[in-house]
Amino acid sequence: MGSILSTENLTKTYTSAGRQLTVLEHVNMQVEEGSTLAIVGPSGSGKTTLLGLCAGLDSASSGSVLLNGIRLESLNEDQRAEVRNQHIGFIFQNFQLLPTLTALENVMVPMELRRQKNVRSKAQDLLEKVGLKDRSHHYPVQLSGGEQQRVSLARAFANTPSILFADEPTGNLDVETSERIENLLFSLNREAGTTLIVVTHNVELAARTGKIIRIKGGKLVNE
Amino acid sequence: MTNFGWLVQMAWRDSRKNFSRLLLFISSIILGIAALVSIFALGDSLSYEIDQQAASLIGADLEVSNNKPIPANVQKIIDSIPGERSEQRSFSSMVYFPKTGGTRLIQVRALEGAFPYYGSLETTPAAASKQFLQKRTALVDRALLLQFNAKPGDSIRLGNTGFIIEGELTGVPGQTGLAASVAPIVFIPLQSLPETGLEQKGSRISTSYFYKTAKNVDVNALVDKIGPRLKQAGMNYDTIASKKEETARSFRDLSRFLSLIGFIALLLGCIGVASAIHIYVKEKINSIALLRCLGATSRQAFLIFLIQIITIGFIGSIAGVILGTLIQQLLPVVIQDLLPVKINPIFSWNAIGKGLVLGLIISVLFALLPLVSIRKISPLQTIRMSYQPNTARDPLAWAVYALILLFIVVFTRIQLRSWSQALIFTISVIFAFALLTLIARLLMWAIRKFFPSSWSYLWRQGLSNLFRPNNQTTLLIVSIGLGTALICTLLFIQSILLQRVTLSSSGNQPNMVLFDIQTAQKEAVKKLTLAQGLPVNDIVPIVNMRLESINNITAETLRKDSTLSIQPWVFNREYRVTFRDSLISSEKITKGTWKGKVEGNIITVSVEEGYATRNKILIGDTMVFNVQGTMMQTVVGSYRKVDWNRVQTNFLVVFPAGVLEKAPQFHVLLTHVPNEETSAKFQQLLVRSYPNISVIDLNLVLSILDDILGKIGFVIRFMAGFCIVTGLIVLIASVLISKYQRIQESVLLRTLGASKKQIYVINAIEYFFIGAMAAITGILLAAIGSWALAKFSFETSFDPNWLPIFLIFTLICMLTVIIGLINIRSIVSRSPLEVLRQE
Repeated sequence: MGSILSTENLTKTYTSAGRQLTVLEHVNMQVEEGSTLAIVGPSGSGKTTLLGLCAGLDSASSGSVLLNGIRLESLNEDQRAEVRNQHIGFIFQNFQLLPTLTALENVMVPMELRRQKNVRSKAQDLLEKVGLKDRSHHYPVQLSGGEQQRVSLARAFANTPSILFADEPTGNLDVETSERIENLLFSLNREAGTTLIVVTHNVELAARTGKIIRIKGGKLVNE
Repeated sequence: MTNFGWLVQMAWRDSRKNFSRLLLFISSIILGIAALVSIFALGDSLSYEIDQQAASLIGADLEVSNNKPIPANVQKIIDSIPGERSEQRSFSSMVYFPKTGGTRLIQVRALEGAFPYYGSLETTPAAASKQFLQKRTALVDRALLLQFNAKPGDSIRLGNTGFIIEGELTGVPGQTGLAASVAPIVFIPLQSLPETGLEQKGSRISTSYFYKTAKNVDVNALVDKIGPRLKQAGMNYDTIASKKEETARSFRDLSRFLSLIGFIALLLGCIGVASAIHIYVKEKINSIALLRCLGATSRQAFLIFLIQIITIGFIGSIAGVILGTLIQQLLPVVIQDLLPVKINPIFSWNAIGKGLVLGLIISVLFALLPLVSIRKISPLQTIRMSYQPNTARDPLAWAVYALILLFIVVFTRIQLRSWSQALIFTISVIFAFALLTLIARLLMWAIRKFFPSSWSYLWRQGLSNLFRPNNQTTLLIVSIGLGTALICTLLFIQSILLQRVTLSSSGNQPNMVLFDIQTAQKEAVKKLTLAQGLPVNDIVPIVNMRLESINNITAETLRKDSTLSIQPWVFNREYRVTFRDSLISSEKITKGTWKGKVEGNIITVSVEEGYATRNKILIGDTMVFNVQGTMMQTVVGSYRKVDWNRVQTNFLVVFPAGVLEKAPQFHVLLTHVPNEETSAKFQQLLVRSYPNISVIDLNLVLSILDDILGKIGFVIRFMAGFCIVTGLIVLIASVLISKYQRIQESVLLRTLGASKKQIYVINAIEYFFIGAMAAITGILLAAIGSWALAKFSFETSFDPNWLPIFLIFTLICMLTVIIGLINIRSIVSRSPLEVLRQE
């Protein structure tokens, strides 16, 4: 199986109060297609920055990211948006549902952006898979944290992404709900054959992935 | 290509839960649009009515008039005009009401014939308008009857004769209510005029001939034929077309002026919209970042919100148009006194169309300012809440600023029809807004800096709320402050003008002017005045004359040569000139030499400095005056600076002694009456003994001025009210926008043990500061402007009446506090948990 994501000398620096701050330094890594990977490390180690760069949410100061054969650094923000829509799914710690849209509409959005047909029934199917068929017309504020994250999962798989980035997907949930969400995440991922990258503090969650990489002070410490 | 259908769907999905909030944002522009639509529609109604009532503006097909005796050769031309004719002589005189003993300066109109041929003299009873001619009775202005508690059937005295009042006069063709309050009209039959004895040599009587021409006569062709000869003889003429054009022009100016005030209200509202949308977009950053994360382009994200704004802007404009159409029904009542025609508001599609387009353009333009920032929202904000986007100024934001400025200039240009005036208006608006912002910021700084830190927590908390993140304190101060500034400026100017007139007669300065005194009456009137224990401050001879030429340049030469810098009115006006051998206290020589007596054959005159410089009249220039038929060549010997502020007989041209003594003349006597009672007694005595003499009492001038300023001021206050109410709507909108923030604060405070009362007090203090700072900002701006006007334009001291200003201050503070407390009520009256769950 080939590599779906690879980084080469990936570096990110910020200038703050006239000082240069390097948050990620010469990161080289490769992720196999269909694999699962956890990025772990203490707070401020650069995990989220690495996720942001790999998912095309930000641009690197130097180095390169190759995602599904596309070199992200050569793209502008709108081109990267298209890449995200075509190839990437996201799950966030704080669910990040659009508060003004119902659960169903939230799931429909990625497909609508791709101008797919029959998005409503596809979204209904996805909600059924995550056990929220009868909550499809509820707004996020009317759902519990676990339910919101399930909607988020349904949305993440809506555009059948090649790669799924999950940023602390259970960070805001209680233990019991976390376990249900983890199970759902891994089962949906298996079913879809998607590559999964999880950024987490949670050792147990990390242990469920095929590979763990550790990051400290902006550098990979081992793989 | 963007999938437009999806964008619209997303715009709808995103806005449906915020619809009432968005409507609230846009409500700030509703009043501005309403003000403009009502003014546009009023302008259209006026044009329509002026078109419809054009004939009744003049009351005839042709009016020929003059304010001096008509020479025989000109009379021939007048007599040759075909058609039915009415004659009217009008002049100022005193009316005496025997029942109450009241007297007042009025305008007498002695009429003969069937005038008006179009429209009517509106009287109560209606038949009186025809009967007064046959019965030799009088029609008296309604306000005058009210003033002296008289009614039809009572009598008045004009000159030597009495008239029964046939009816009360409520309307004269082409006459505005305002003109009637300056000089109330009394109609009498022309055939009764000789009996009054008021038609004496030297009297300033204006004669008008009104013609109703036969249907086959082309009035315009007739005027083309005889017009130049009439003009040459110094006669004036008006046709229906010229009167219509003249009236329409002056009222176009009025509606343009009013529309600019409406436009300022709209601009204020737009700033409110921009500020509300700014906060709205800030709240939406997360949603936008997420959309970007899911693959929406920056353009798509921007368009989703733009579609919302366009829709809401359109709805706001429709609401404004409906409200404006309703207000239009009210406007004629407000400004009827300024109009020469009765107005029935018409349904103006033109005004409605303009209102919709204007509302849509301006709401989108101002909303674009915060909307362009959407393009810069990074998807990274979904995973990093603390992410700060690049805050460098977006070039597109500058382009939007430029578009807004361009729009203001173009709109004002359309209203004012002048690029330079449009630029001046735009710069002034920017300056006023900048100054208001500066004053607001200074006040906020001063409160923050000097507020005693030892004061209780409630005061400190209320105050610190003014400076919370996303606060709209400056915006509120500017918007409510601008409305306050407009209203206070008006009050200040009114106060300055009245004060100036009052001051000019303080102490022993003259406060009563007797004019039209014939030479034969001069000594007797002087004696009568002194016998009443009143001083004769001055008695001055006046000779009426016209200017024929300056250095051989005549009115004719001026017409042909547009390069000459003499103003045309110089030759058209009648000069009232005096002659004396010395200067008086209100004048001094600034150039040349004063010559009080004729030397040889050379008549050396002294001219007023401003008049001379405006018309490039130099020392040594020759001026030829036509003194009632006799040409008199003079040489300009000196310039005089004249203090026009004093109640004194001041003149543009003063002749030396020894030339005009034998010319037909009348005299003016200045005196000082100590009180109203003496004034009334003296006027009664004068009117009975010398009915031809007119009296101007400064108290009358004051009351007229008060009346005029009141009427004009009411219109401007009405329009300025739009600014104030817009400010209050911006306040309501911003209070509701910040509701979420307030809920968090109030719930936290209540959780920490704050009582309902304490939360009310904190909020009341905050809103009081907003209201007080807005009012003070407005009052300060108005005071600075009015002080400058008083010092540099009116050259008087600035000592206004502060009571109404204080009332405005109190009212604005109260309104702001009430609006604020109503908003917080729903939060305070429920339990903290209940509030948090619902929100």
